[in-house]
Amino acid sequence: MATGFGIAAAALMLSAGFASAQVTLNRGNDTDPATLDHHRTSSVAEGRIMKDLYDGLVIQDAKGDAIPGTAESWEVSEDGLTYTFKLREDAKWSNGDPVTAQDFDFAFRRIMNPETAAGYASMLFPIKNAEAVATGQMPLDDLGVRAIDDRTLEITLGAPTPYFIELLTHQTGLPLHRASVEANGDRYTQPGTMVTNGAYKLISFQPNDRIVMEKNEHYYDAENVQIDTINWIPFEDRATCLRRFEAGEVQICSDVPGEQMDYVQQNLPDQLRIAPYLGTYYLPIKGADGSPLKDARVRQAISLVIDREFLASEVWSETMLPGYSVVPPGIVNYVEGGVTLDYPEDMLDREDQALALLEEAGVTEGSLSVELLYNTSENNKNTMAAVADMLGNIGINATLNETEGATYFNYLREGGPFDISRAGWIGDYNDPQNFLFLFGSEVRFNYSRWVSPEYDAIMVRAAAETDLAERAKVLAEAEALLLQEMPIVPILYYSSRALVADSIGGYEDNLMDAHATRWLSVN
Amino acid sequence: MTSRSLWQDAWLRLRKNRAAVVSAFVLVFLGLVGIFGPMLSPHPYDRIYQQYVRVAPSLEAYPRADDILPGLEREMRRARLTGGEPELSGSTLSVDLTSDEPIDERVLRYFQRSDLFYAPKLELAEGGLTGTLSMNVERSYFLLGTDNLGRDMLSRIMIGVRISLAIGLLASAMALVLGVAYGAISGYLGGRVDSVMMRIVDILYSLPFIFFVILLLVFFGRSLVIIFIAIGATEWLDMARIVRGQTLSLKRREFVQAAEALGATQTGILRRHIIPNALGPVIVFVTLLVPKAILLESLLSFLGLGVADPMTSLGLLISEGAANMRGATWQLIGPAAVLTVILFALNFLGDGLRDSLDPKER
Amino acid sequence: MLGYTLRRLAGAIPTIFIIVTLTFFAIRLAPGGPFDLERPLDPLIMANLERAYNLDAPLWKQYLIYLGNLIRGDLGPSFARRDFSVNDLFAAGLPVSIMLGGMALGLAAVLGTFFGAIAALRQNSWIDTAIVAVATLGITTPNFVIAPLLSLFFGVVLGILPAGGWSNADPSFWVLPIVTLALPQVAVIARLVRGATVEALRANHVRTARAYGLPARVVVGVHALRAAMLPAVSYLGPTAAALLTGSVVVETIFGIPGIGRYFVQGALGRDYTLVMGTVVVIAVFVVLFNLLVDLCYAWLDPRVRYD
Repeated sequence: MATGFGIAAAALMLSAGFASAQVTLNRGNDTDPATLDHHRTSSVAEGRIMKDLYDGLVIQDAKGDAIPGTAESWEVSEDGLTYTFKLREDAKWSNGDPVTAQDFDFAFRRIMNPETAAGYASMLFPIKNAEAVATGQMPLDDLGVRAIDDRTLEITLGAPTPYFIELLTHQTGLPLHRASVEANGDRYTQPGTMVTNGAYKLISFQPNDRIVMEKNEHYYDAENVQIDTINWIPFEDRATCLRRFEAGEVQICSDVPGEQMDYVQQNLPDQLRIAPYLGTYYLPIKGADGSPLKDARVRQAISLVIDREFLASEVWSETMLPGYSVVPPGIVNYVEGGVTLDYPEDMLDREDQALALLEEAGVTEGSLSVELLYNTSENNKNTMAAVADMLGNIGINATLNETEGATYFNYLREGGPFDISRAGWIGDYNDPQNFLFLFGSEVRFNYSRWVSPEYDAIMVRAAAETDLAERAKVLAEAEALLLQEMPIVPILYYSSRALVADSIGGYEDNLMDAHATRWLSVN
Repeated sequence: MTSRSLWQDAWLRLRKNRAAVVSAFVLVFLGLVGIFGPMLSPHPYDRIYQQYVRVAPSLEAYPRADDILPGLEREMRRARLTGGEPELSGSTLSVDLTSDEPIDERVLRYFQRSDLFYAPKLELAEGGLTGTLSMNVERSYFLLGTDNLGRDMLSRIMIGVRISLAIGLLASAMALVLGVAYGAISGYLGGRVDSVMMRIVDILYSLPFIFFVILLLVFFGRSLVIIFIAIGATEWLDMARIVRGQTLSLKRREFVQAAEALGATQTGILRRHIIPNALGPVIVFVTLLVPKAILLESLLSFLGLGVADPMTSLGLLISEGAANMRGATWQLIGPAAVLTVILFALNFLGDGLRDSLDPKER
Repeated sequence: MLGYTLRRLAGAIPTIFIIVTLTFFAIRLAPGGPFDLERPLDPLIMANLERAYNLDAPLWKQYLIYLGNLIRGDLGPSFARRDFSVNDLFAAGLPVSIMLGGMALGLAAVLGTFFGAIAALRQNSWIDTAIVAVATLGITTPNFVIAPLLSLFFGVVLGILPAGGWSNADPSFWVLPIVTLALPQVAVIARLVRGATVEALRANHVRTARAYGLPARVVVGVHALRAAMLPAVSYLGPTAAALLTGSVVVETIFGIPGIGRYFVQGALGRDYTLVMGTVVVIAVFVVLFNLLVDLCYAWLDPRVRYD
């Protein structure tokens, strides 16, 4: 009797499902967004959410390439300084209002407004006067953005920026519905109030539980959007996502627990997606004044003895790739093959070279002790423990110092002393400049506080170069200098790893790890 | 009244309780393992065996017979050596070498560095173009497997036992000394003193523990002592409340009132009547508190505030094991089993102690 | 007793005030701030942010502002979750945590007392040994081991319960978290009750009652258990406060939107207002439950009197 009832109920639910033909996707994310106000977001996890809600001038297709979004076309002036975007006529907000150039103009001015305190406004500093405006030295009116008419937006840059179109795919370049933001102030992100122009609109946001989105019928490409409802579920514990994936409760996991890679590789080989990703894991080397670490030869020796293959295959279970350069492979606008460290394959040969370098630098075996500083995480710990072991092979005594996250980042930012630390960088846009600018003398990401006027000069030259091929060569020069001087030791490239159920269509692995729900389908 | 003291009496009775005696031996044994084990183990707890990452527990030695020759070939390739058919007799491996250039003695390093071989010897013929390379096969036993970096689990568990037992001991000591005294005084004096003392406990309960530890680490640097202090400082609070609860009830009992009427001092009453009669729950609670303290340390380690690598603790090993339980189950089972044994022993010892200390049994 | 209760409630206010004050200043001593992210912010933007959140004001001024808001029941905006105020976060999460914790607590109290009493009555029999053994296992196995095991077994292997996630309406989502939360507490309570009952059974008045031939059930129920409950009740006070305010581990592993995670998220993210909020909530629960415990003492053991 009970069973009969169960079947009847299931049949009922099934038929109800068919009647509305609702397609729902349960999609895992790394964490909750700090906010749905994209001007105040910075992380990759936030980018995924924002790119489902909003449609920028330029968007990423299923392969992660930049394609026209709300702008149907654009023109670039001869000098590479003025971009004129033509907006689609059929672009609409989720409340039916047309998306106008003024909405973009409003958004660009808001993100540059010092009062907005947008943490990632610096992304858009290539726009003319943007930096001065954001720091309150110039009025908002001077920003190089102008709505010529409802459908034409003109953006003027301070200097030619070949990657500007790529850059606009970042969430900082998304528009805002002016009327609702002005009416509701900072509370415009509330469900029911929020107006978006992307393929989806916000239904609810329950912290630590889920963000529910529904298809935006006013979206210009709505007829090709196949999934009706998305539940974005935050998973701080990757293993939880894996279990729910196996139980069929979640169809996409944005990450895979590193400790269980063996299991996943054996049991879910078709669902596991590992793809190269635009990111580098590296070790900044600083050292106190007068320390042998200030000698480039010592830093090269350290780099030589780090067995990147072991780190990638054993410590990271092949979820990372051995890294021999700062700019990850596969990037556009760069020289063929990139610039890489050319090391002998054999570790003992490398150790011989390293010992020779140390001898040249006057460092005798056992005389150098270094501390490896890192922020808490299982894999950071194992990586650093392995690196310490490898340094021991050339007579450098290494000890570990694990530090809790906020303390660690604060310490690096404040320029606290350290010998060797760790850092990672995920590219915001597909261009080598996004990696190489990190090590400019005045840049806050330069944790080693390495000062090289020569490097700065090369970067200035690269910024002025409008010919892409020439520019690539200049940037390659910069990286060659960086790898020679070795203020940071690149050790691994990130790869994106995800679990994607067989029922999901349209999920294409790509370097940007961009998979807007708009391109996906559930079969 | 006999002339035997409470403790002598208890000791005599405890000795008759077999479970308690066995448990005491087990604990002492584990304590010794924690102290001396890491020194006696063939594998240092922080030694990384690159060639033995995540190997399963086994009574057989590594390398397996099938792995020896491929291992040799690999090292020969790396050392750029060519030679004839290798010969394996017992644990000695030898191979004849031929080369176009004189062979450098330094090729021996490849075999020294390998986890598979030790004591390589090179006998070169005149001119150094041919020779015999011989070496011993290093037989490594990983009875409990290795971790994700190729470190011996058994050695790590032994060092973990050392740290965790120390934490457990310290937390119990804090609870027994501070918690019992504080609770008994608070309950016995009662009234306003009790109120104030218990409000202080409430305050300490409510303070954000993680911040408290972060602050300690920032101001005093990272050391085991600081972690011990942090855990000890929180673990006595429950004890204080339990003892106070017992005291509130005990102080109205006839024997306490009789002692008061006979003019016993307050300290005397606390020492001779209240505390001994509250010992039952105290001991049971200590056996509960030890695992709590050990697991609290694992939470701290998980947040990056606990013991630092390559040092480890049972709690930390268990939490790493839990993350690896699918695929490398042994990383969870080993440390979890040891912790269970410790707690069982504590339990029986605790019960035995309680029975033997029970004043009503006298 | 009413007078005592009122006096204690009035006394709670200065206690909470001290907790708030100590915490407010202590958390500011820790290095790092709410805007210290993996990618450091531009110093000027950092300054803008600090201004927007009043972090640039002198600390005593921030403290007064906070106290003023707190008295009005406003816990301030969250730094790390900027679309929500701390009040919003607790309004959404606290009911979930209280519901889960409450059910776990009830389950643990009932089962723990039951098994503890049985074990004590059958002291040194196989039932006793079995209960003690299972209880010890329950205490040894930490929740970060039990939770994934349960989720794996019931969610993935058998597929009869959700492996994770949350629904306010569907009780099947509640089962595994409640069991995980309750298991170690069942074990602890069983041990405490067993120990105390064994002791109480030897007490004179219970021996007398037994000697009079009263049935064992009555003796245990009326005489022994009441006194034996004292340590269990002492333990339950703070435990209840901890359970009802959520568990970081269980919430993270099952993906439950309670407030337990905020303790760790707040502390690690230096979300000052969120940490202060959690401290206030914890303090209220601790004070309330310890008061309840004290009242229980008097009820369980008439000899306990507060004057």
